[in-house]
Amino acid sequence: MSMNVAIIQFPGSNCDFDALHAFRDVLGVSARLVFHKDTALGEADAVVLPGGFSYGDYLRCGAIARFSPIMPAVMAFAARGGPVLGICNGFQILCEAGLLPGALIRNSGLEFRCQQVDLAVEDSTEFFNKAHIGAKLRIPIAHGEGNYRIDPEGLKQLEANKQVIVRYTKPMGNPNGSINDIAGIRNVAGNVFGLMPHPERAIEPIHETEDGLPFLKAFLHSVSVPV
Amino acid sequence: MPTSLPPNPAPELNVTITPELVKKHNILPDEYETIKRFLGREPTLTELGIFSVMWSEHCSYKNSKPVLKGFPKEKADPNSPGQILVRMQEENAGVVDIGDGWGICYKIESHNHPSAIEPFEGAATGVGGIVRDIFTMGARPVALTNSLRFGDLSNPTVQRLFRGVVHGISHYGNCLGIPNVGGDVYFDPCYEGNPLVNALCLGVLRHSEIKRGKATGVGNPVYYVGAATGRDGLGGAAFASRELTEESKEDRPAVQKGDPFMEKLLLEACLEMMAVPGLVVGIQDMGAAGLTCSSCETASRGNSGVIIDLDKVPQRETGMNSYEIMLSESQERMLVIVVKGREKEIEDIFAKWDLHAAHIGEVTEGNDMVVKHKGVVIAHIPAKALTDEGPTYYRESKEPAYLAETRAWRPESIADLDSAGIQSALLKLLADPSIASKAWVYRQYDHHVMASTTVAPGSDAGVFRIRLEDGKQKFIAISNDCNNRYCALNPYRGGLIAVAECLRNLACSGARPLAMTDNLNFGNPYKPEVFYTIKESVKGLADACTFFDVPVLGGNVSFYNENPTGAVDPTPTVSIAGQIDREECITTQYIKDGFETIILLGDWPNELGASYFLKTIHGLKTGDTPEIDLNRERALHDFIRSQIDAGRVAAAHDLSEGGLLVALAEMLFSPDRTFGAVLTIPMDAQRHDVRLFGESQSRALFAVPPAKTAAVLDAAKKAGVSAIIIGRATIQPELKLNGTNTWSAESLRKAWSEAIPSVMER
Repeated sequence: MSMNVAIIQFPGSNCDFDALHAFRDVLGVSARLVFHKDTALGEADAVVLPGGFSYGDYLRCGAIARFSPIMPAVMAFAARGGPVLGICNGFQILCEAGLLPGALIRNSGLEFRCQQVDLAVEDSTEFFNKAHIGAKLRIPIAHGEGNYRIDPEGLKQLEANKQVIVRYTKPMGNPNGSINDIAGIRNVAGNVFGLMPHPERAIEPIHETEDGLPFLKAFLHSVSVPV
Repeated sequence: MPTSLPPNPAPELNVTITPELVKKHNILPDEYETIKRFLGREPTLTELGIFSVMWSEHCSYKNSKPVLKGFPKEKADPNSPGQILVRMQEENAGVVDIGDGWGICYKIESHNHPSAIEPFEGAATGVGGIVRDIFTMGARPVALTNSLRFGDLSNPTVQRLFRGVVHGISHYGNCLGIPNVGGDVYFDPCYEGNPLVNALCLGVLRHSEIKRGKATGVGNPVYYVGAATGRDGLGGAAFASRELTEESKEDRPAVQKGDPFMEKLLLEACLEMMAVPGLVVGIQDMGAAGLTCSSCETASRGNSGVIIDLDKVPQRETGMNSYEIMLSESQERMLVIVVKGREKEIEDIFAKWDLHAAHIGEVTEGNDMVVKHKGVVIAHIPAKALTDEGPTYYRESKEPAYLAETRAWRPESIADLDSAGIQSALLKLLADPSIASKAWVYRQYDHHVMASTTVAPGSDAGVFRIRLEDGKQKFIAISNDCNNRYCALNPYRGGLIAVAECLRNLACSGARPLAMTDNLNFGNPYKPEVFYTIKESVKGLADACTFFDVPVLGGNVSFYNENPTGAVDPTPTVSIAGQIDREECITTQYIKDGFETIILLGDWPNELGASYFLKTIHGLKTGDTPEIDLNRERALHDFIRSQIDAGRVAAAHDLSEGGLLVALAEMLFSPDRTFGAVLTIPMDAQRHDVRLFGESQSRALFAVPPAKTAAVLDAAKKAGVSAIIIGRATIQPELKLNGTNTWSAESLRKAWSEAIPSVMER
């Protein structure tokens, strides 16, 4: 696939190199890091906001990163229909920036959780669906604030629009108290995606599973054919 | 040396040095006379403070130096892989070769006293400090582990400390994005009030990228980078070098406050700076004793002098005097010496990361550390007097009286187990917090970040991949070990076993050992009975390292681990990294398909002393530590590795705390599912408790596919290693022993996995 993936490097991002490795070395697309102080994305067909603790997450997670100099370019890219994926802290930033609805608050168990989770794939878009990705994925999480919340009206719309892309399911179950077991969502237009689990940690034989591969591939497919 | 210094600009520092003041700085009258000889005059108060931190045990090893001499610092065999590239005590951390021009660099360090007072910050800054020691060497940190020791978990204060320490490690390490791949946690009443918090960091670097903590090149600028200096952690090194008392809580300012976000920026900025060819002359973190230690140590290593101006030091509080600035242990700071004329390059990099980079001084002719404040020289000391010429003591040693009594203990003094006793003993042992699952701990640590963790915490050793820039990969295993009960009941043998067990864990993971780092946690060395345990257990470590040709890369000494009721058990925690040469050889302790033959390597046990069985079932800490024959141990390791290499082993697990049945049960608890086993163990020849729960050394369990069993037994015979088939694994989750005992493996797993959460989530 000839495409360019821009991975945004916020101060405190710590999955930036993992995302780079996943897209460049494992998926074989052209990928590079874009520093948060830049104001332009350069040549980019897709944007990834990686996991980490941007700005230390000392305010709310993602609350300061959304004001980074690079964010207007990311917002404009998304507004043009460009595909954007936020993983973990990247998901939190997308919610803070208003590119995705809802918010992520402290895990219901009040503790950071690093473990495998089971995800049920929802039929959401042409590429994010059971037939394309598989009905169930096992992928790790690592977060302290992944408890997805949204107001009742918003939830209704989210479900009605089929915006949920993955949900926590058995046997590992819901690790953080997220409403409706939501682990990942997309925007209405279908070009902005966010999830708390880390697909980039489940893509190679050394990992416990390689279930992250079909998920990341579905994202790359969304580049060529917007919903 | 100037014969006098001008008055300090801070009037409160211009005081006469009285014997009381000297004593308050933990400096002995003789040591004070030595200081005066070095200076040719009375020291100023700031200088006294500088000597007190640099000559503390934490920085100077004054009471431990003589016993550390026995550690091998290099490979005896110059042709073997894993040669040492930077030796113990040469730099902030040692480096060992992993091939193809790459090395790994690792070290373990304690933060016991700060964690006793302020568990969250104490443990968090413990992680921060050791991570800086590693990236100072030019290495990118890629793994963390830790060794933790607490009092009895039923004590609410212990629960608070345990929770706080785990949260602190989690908070700091997770934010940095360095996976926590393993560690060990034990609970014993001896640690009440004085927990042990030992954190290890491992980094990776090219041979050509190794950086040194040296100040060289007269006129080269000295930079202070990272966070601003505050009054926190004042004199922390000195605080760590005395006993905890009831009043220690008032020492809270001696505990530092950590900011992992700042550390992450500092890490990235420093690695970026060190990657610029020829820019950095020397670099050292400001850890214990802060600015004092980093400036005099870099000067001393470089055989240079250094001058620094405290007015240029970034400060986050107003009105700090020179004593406070020099002794502050504020976190996330580094000292860097760069090539003169290239100041802009370092300043640009730190501006990019929004960090301070203050030009605070220069490398000078001579060998003195000169410190100025407000235009006045406030300290002028020969750097080597602080670093190399501190006192060294050979302490008095005396065997503790209790050892004669505990050695004489015999199993005949307790009743043997009947089958009902066996039934409940296994459940109780699996639910002992020291043996029970530590998932409650490690699920709070990000152990997947960097996407390279190959064997997550929970098996014999953590295993992770190192991705080299040229697409090649290396696999590293790491294990931490130390059984305090063994060290308390036979310090020398306890030391030998700590190393042997760690190596056994590595062998079971498929790894050959590289080098060891150790954290010597003991009580007050001025007590002869305590010093005896130091001397003996360190000799045990050193003898074992020499025997197995595992050099010591460095580590940390933590004395004065005492609470008002006495010293902690001798606890020389060891951590050894190993290399797994082929990916296929990565082995875990878990049953894979439920059809394997189970083989006991190393014969039946014949001892019960110092065991967890005695602790958990009889409430005893007595008997002699199990015997160990190093030749037999080595034969076992070689055999384990040879069979893994031949592709015959589905699972391998070392036998340690709890003995045979506990180890077997642990193999059934695969992360994905619970297996069972049918065991046939001849019980007539021996006491049942000894046979099932004794902790005799040099033993391991294999799970082998049935088709390969004969080959393994045959190879064992040739290698002279005892190998006995004791049963087979089953898919049905039931553990059956001789038709006399049957346990539901699910209920065993429940006891094992819920022991810690049931206390911590109440």
